[in-house]
Amino acid sequence: MHFLLLFSRQGKLRLQKWFTPVPEREKKKIVRDMTTMVLGRKPRSCNFLHWKDLKIVYKKYASLYFCCGLDAEENELLALEVLHRYVELLDKYFGNVCELDIIFNFEKAYFILDEFLLGGEVQETSKQVLSRSIEASDMLQEVCFGRSCLLSVLSIIFSVVL
Amino acid sequence: MPAVSKGDGMRGLAVFISDIRNCKSKEAEIKRINKELANIRSKFKGDKALDGYSKKKYVCKLLFIFLLGHDIDFGHMEAVNLLSSNKYTEKQIGYLFISVLVNSNSELIRLINNAIKNDLSSRNPTFMCLALHCIANVGSREMAEAFAGEIPRILVAGDTMDSVKQSAALCLLRLYKASPDLVLMGEWTSRVVHLLNDQHMGVVTAAISLITCLSSKNPDEFKTCVSLAVSRLSRIVSSASTDLQDYTYYFVPAPWLSCKLLRLLQCYPPPEDGAVKGRLVECLETILNKAQEPPKSKKVQHSNAKNAILFEAISLIIHYDSEPNLLVRACNQLGQFLQHRETNLRYLALESMCTLASSEFSHEAVKTHIETVINALKTERDVSVRQRAADLLYAMCDRSNAKQIVAEMLSYLETADYSIREEMVLKVAILAEKYAVDYSWYVDTILNLIRIAGDYVSEEVWYRVIQIVINRDDVQGYAAKTVFEALQAPACHENMVKVGGYILGEFGNLIAGDPRSSPLVQFNLLHSKFHLCSVPTRALLLSAYIKFINLFPETKATIQEVLRSDSQIRNSDVELQQRAVEYLKLSSIASTDVLATVLEEMPPFPERESSILAKLKKKKGPGAVSVELEDGKERGELNGGGDRGGDAAIAASNASTPSPSADLLGLRSAAPVSGATPSAGSLLVDVFSEAGPAATSAGVNDDGFLRFVCKNNGVLFENQLLQIGIKSEYRQNLGRMYLFYGNKTSVQFVSFNTTVSYEIKSRILNVQTKTVEPLVEGGAQVQQVINIECLTDFIDAPLLNIKFRYGGALQNISLKLPVTINKFFQPTEMAAADFFQRWKQLSQPQQEAQKIFKASHGMDTEVLKAKLLGLGTALLENVDPNPENYVCAGVIQTKAQQVGCLLRLEPNAQAQMYRLTLRSSKDTVSQRVCDLLAEQF
Repeated sequence: MHFLLLFSRQGKLRLQKWFTPVPEREKKKIVRDMTTMVLGRKPRSCNFLHWKDLKIVYKKYASLYFCCGLDAEENELLALEVLHRYVELLDKYFGNVCELDIIFNFEKAYFILDEFLLGGEVQETSKQVLSRSIEASDMLQEVCFGRSCLLSVLSIIFSVVL
Repeated sequence: MPAVSKGDGMRGLAVFISDIRNCKSKEAEIKRINKELANIRSKFKGDKALDGYSKKKYVCKLLFIFLLGHDIDFGHMEAVNLLSSNKYTEKQIGYLFISVLVNSNSELIRLINNAIKNDLSSRNPTFMCLALHCIANVGSREMAEAFAGEIPRILVAGDTMDSVKQSAALCLLRLYKASPDLVLMGEWTSRVVHLLNDQHMGVVTAAISLITCLSSKNPDEFKTCVSLAVSRLSRIVSSASTDLQDYTYYFVPAPWLSCKLLRLLQCYPPPEDGAVKGRLVECLETILNKAQEPPKSKKVQHSNAKNAILFEAISLIIHYDSEPNLLVRACNQLGQFLQHRETNLRYLALESMCTLASSEFSHEAVKTHIETVINALKTERDVSVRQRAADLLYAMCDRSNAKQIVAEMLSYLETADYSIREEMVLKVAILAEKYAVDYSWYVDTILNLIRIAGDYVSEEVWYRVIQIVINRDDVQGYAAKTVFEALQAPACHENMVKVGGYILGEFGNLIAGDPRSSPLVQFNLLHSKFHLCSVPTRALLLSAYIKFINLFPETKATIQEVLRSDSQIRNSDVELQQRAVEYLKLSSIASTDVLATVLEEMPPFPERESSILAKLKKKKGPGAVSVELEDGKERGELNGGGDRGGDAAIAASNASTPSPSADLLGLRSAAPVSGATPSAGSLLVDVFSEAGPAATSAGVNDDGFLRFVCKNNGVLFENQLLQIGIKSEYRQNLGRMYLFYGNKTSVQFVSFNTTVSYEIKSRILNVQTKTVEPLVEGGAQVQQVINIECLTDFIDAPLLNIKFRYGGALQNISLKLPVTINKFFQPTEMAAADFFQRWKQLSQPQQEAQKIFKASHGMDTEVLKAKLLGLGTALLENVDPNPENYVCAGVIQTKAQQVGCLLRLEPNAQAQMYRLTLRSSKDTVSQRVCDLLAEQF
């Protein structure tokens, strides 16, 4: 997989992950091409496209489009399920994930993605194993965090957290 | 703001994001961002030390701003500081920032690498994973240099946690892709392969991506993975859906791992071990059988995962291309999908069938679906599916169905989406040419193409139809008649006018007997379009007019009148004006004989690759053009047919100064390669005869180099002082070269020193030399032995540098050592059937290299044969249907791999030209051997 992009119906980029080195200027061009191409598709079209030498696989979840670029020999159907599993992971973490969760907690969305995909390849497919390790690092955050500045947390942040 | 925030919330960040979202305009957003940047900058610069939380928050804000698309030029140092925090959350943000925004500031890289090193050795699996993720996300060369040695150790160590192993495997893969020269598996190879047996499915899933990539580059070193992969696959395929617990995805056991295993097997030929092969065939059959079973779930995820495996299995079956039974089953399965209600499956079936169509076992089976595919082209709602259908029609086209397919594609073109019209036009043009048995059909098709989609007919297409008409005299009359009719349409495309003008100018006489198309009628018809056309077309028409004057003297007065009119002779366009003036003058002063000579019919075009095919290749990138010419004979007859004019000077249009129509077809641009390179020897002599006290350097001399492509022994270099003889022998990937340095003078050479250097990539050849004595007596000869090992294929030859003093003056000579890739050829004998099958298998455009060039030497058969044998390949007799042609086969032996290579040389004695075609499994090899050999004839 070369890249993974999440963008809204309005073409606003919500998450971008590049698995191969791409110059900034080229990134902007790819993002522009992907959003116009994918958003321009008619409903009930298939989820695959060809773009230059890449296969593009995309799927819409609620208001968000998940779109990835694959090498010629990669498997499109499996890529669709990669997108789905990522959505499931986000959903499990945020609980009924919506676009806002990803906007406000973008760093979490990146962390979860790193647990699942690394260098564009699937690292772990088991939802249990993945959720466990995501939860575990969250616990780690809370413990450290709680110890250091518990008071300010209580005063500023949502009391729900602790 | 979201209601839930897990882990640590950063309120400041959330507020900032809300603010940005509430900005009504781009300007407001930029203002808010600038304010924030100023704030952060002052915090970072302030006297008060920031605590970890604040640092993290600000770094996170910077990251957010960057991801919005704004430049960030500070904060890197703070992010690096976070890396060494012992609080996970701070470290995590630090790593994220570095991963997204790393810059090549060397100071920073050193600090980052230090932090990573600490985390890697921390033995805390969470920290180790973070560090590995960061390396994988950045993947820079500096990181590869720092960590490529360490990570394999982590990967195979017995006490490494599973999650760390997974990250390490993929991290290594990323480094290998970016800097393959730095990642050396060596001693770890077998332990990495054995990760395929790991108990933890996640570890296998991650490791197999690494193994697949390494195997595709070094198949021999990793070939033990084949049997391991087969047994792992067989265990998964035969397991019940509950056996694999959470690795079962919507009732499909381990779809990711299964696909990756099938993909790994595609790096190899079918297993040689009968038992392994049997087991694998069984797996493939089971997968095909499962496709027929009722689904275990109605969810699309279930069918996607199941079919992902099925398509991957079909890819493997196509890759093996050796099991007719499986191929036909695969084809039938895809046939079912062609009619499936899921658009995705129809799309993929069309795509997969494209590759199936090129296998000889399944080509016929694919053809049986022609009606369905045509129907898809007509009725699919989704343009990308229609495009796959068009691709498949193109791939399944052969002589038997060409007319039907071309007709369908033409009619589709009338309504086709603009985005794919140009490509469709190219494809129709190629098919029409390739399968044209009768050329009137070809001409009809192209003219239809121009009529239906004139705007999308690129120059290559109409150039090509003219080339073919010029070269085939049996179709010229028909072409003239047809363009004449086509031009009668009230509105016809400018491309039609171009073709019409050119063809009537050449062959209008063939239809002039019919009063309905008498010379004047023809002229008036063309001229009626003149004013609607662009300048280049008008220029072409003017050339057609002057040709009319030659063909039909009775039109002379009328045409001169036209040329004389102000709108021509005073045209503001200098090219048109010049033509008008020159043609007018030519027609008035030249005698009929001179006119006839100058305006003679165009000579046939030299045979060469279809420019359209080249264009399609360029447009689609490598791998896209699957149709190749079945046997070169077809190409030959297509263009070599006409036999008039010979090599007569280019007539007509060249009478004028360089004009658009003179190089209309880029005709002579395929300039023959320059003959023998100018002898550098004489130049050297001059240099040396003046050898003063200053050092003389001859630059790199590669004159001798090319003479040794097809021979191993001889004199490599000679000047007034020194002669260098060479004798070499090669076996497999090893070579030994003896160099003989002869002192031609009566004075001794002192400080005689030779060095062999290999500048570009030292890992390609392994060259070892023994030094020679520093003193060479007058008249004496010294010998030097050079051992060479070819590690992988290469282009650049090693350089030999010779320095010595002769009468006080320093002499410096640089030569290319004649070590070329073909020296490592092992000849391969094979029968005709074998040859053609392999030839077809190497049909991807990048696997082929071709050159057409003029003969620089005589075309004597025995000499040619000797050269081809000297190249190192086996010369195969009775393979090519045309006895004039030569075909050869050989395998290039390098340490890394063996590259099979097929060669075909087609001499055209009449034109004194050759066409040389190379195909090999490696594009660089095809190109290099082609380049080298093209210089030999």
